[in-house]
Amino acid sequence: MTAVSAQTDPYRPQVWRIVEKQMETADTATLALEPKDRANAMPFEPGQFNMLYAFGGGEVPISISGDPRETGRIIHTIRAVGSVTRPLIAHERGALVGLRGPFGAGWPVEAARGKDLLIIAGGLGLAPLRPAILDALHRRSAFQRIVILYGAKDPDSLLFLGDIADWRGRPDVGFDVTVDRAGQDWHGNIGVILRLIKAAHFDPANAVAFICGPEVMMRLAADELMARDLPQDSIYVSLERNMKCAFARCGHCQFGPHFVCKDGPVFRLDRIRALLQTPEI
Amino acid sequence: MVKIKPLEDIIRSHAFFDGLTPDISSLIAGCARNVRFKAGEMIYRLGDAADTFYVVRHGRVALEMPAAGKALCVETLDGGDILNASWLVPPYTCRFDARAVDDTRAIAFDAVCLRQKCDADSAVGYDLMKRFVPVMVERLTHARIQAMDLYAGGSTAQ
Repeated sequence: MTAVSAQTDPYRPQVWRIVEKQMETADTATLALEPKDRANAMPFEPGQFNMLYAFGGGEVPISISGDPRETGRIIHTIRAVGSVTRPLIAHERGALVGLRGPFGAGWPVEAARGKDLLIIAGGLGLAPLRPAILDALHRRSAFQRIVILYGAKDPDSLLFLGDIADWRGRPDVGFDVTVDRAGQDWHGNIGVILRLIKAAHFDPANAVAFICGPEVMMRLAADELMARDLPQDSIYVSLERNMKCAFARCGHCQFGPHFVCKDGPVFRLDRIRALLQTPEI
Repeated sequence: MVKIKPLEDIIRSHAFFDGLTPDISSLIAGCARNVRFKAGEMIYRLGDAADTFYVVRHGRVALEMPAAGKALCVETLDGGDILNASWLVPPYTCRFDARAVDDTRAIAFDAVCLRQKCDADSAVGYDLMKRFVPVMVERLTHARIQAMDLYAGGSTAQ
């Protein structure tokens, strides 16, 4: 099969090589991948995901965590939680993996042009938001305030420490982080991310918020934003469901009338809020 | 010449006391004083009598639970927050250690003095209770959210 015909078969993964591996935490790694066949390099939008295949292990959807302006390679940040992600991050530099994608609807960074942009990340949710952050910072003048709020379990769970240092040091970015628990060597915030949202500086009449994290955290964060008068149609969340085919054929990720893999994973809150509050879905 | 702001004005300008009537602010100011804590200084310890409560003006305070020679911090409080709501509830005992993380300025209220004024004038007690209860409910909610350990699961957004 030629490369061209392989690309036209959405079920067929392309072979990519791990060219860099960085352990973010004890169980989370960032992998940089390059296509074995350079012709298979592809652009992506912030918030999109790929299906990554650990040969002999299986396939999982993983959000892209790299800079959308960086061509020729794809960055994924993966936590080892299951039978596919464990072998994926056990791979070392030079190993081959399968990749299909990119898939899905991403963060509407353009919708925030001329407005305050709030990025609210919980835990591993910072990974899918990172491309949107890098994109927005690359064209910083297109936005008013950029506020990045990040909640994590503890200081050892923080991802992208280099980025955090960079964002914290920028006078044109409002960055704050909080953890759920810490020892006395931690001098930052301890508590839920809702406290950071409550204290954040933004204009609710002219702001857009992107939220990614555990679903409960996203619901609560959205409620806190709405309590500060940010309308639902200015809030976007990234959902996770059981994505298999990744192009709305198999139905595994159906979410009411939506397919998370194709219509999402990023949704505008007003379009799905009622579904989020429906326990059966 | 630096003009010193009267304590009553400081109290009324604090977010926690937003909308306080002049009568009540004057009354509770009689139980208040300005305090400072250096970074690392203990403000109170678990088991101490809760005879003072604080409204934090600037700085950061950690609420800690001592355990096995170490301290686990459960929450940090910043300017605008209140500290030591245990002054309201018998047996009036501090439930955590409180340590200044940064240099911290606060207004300290003599809780015994304040409880007497609340007992003598229920309108004062009711006003204060309406301010404290939402904060306590919010903190209870936050504590429950933290107890859920939301970030422990691995696959979200992957």
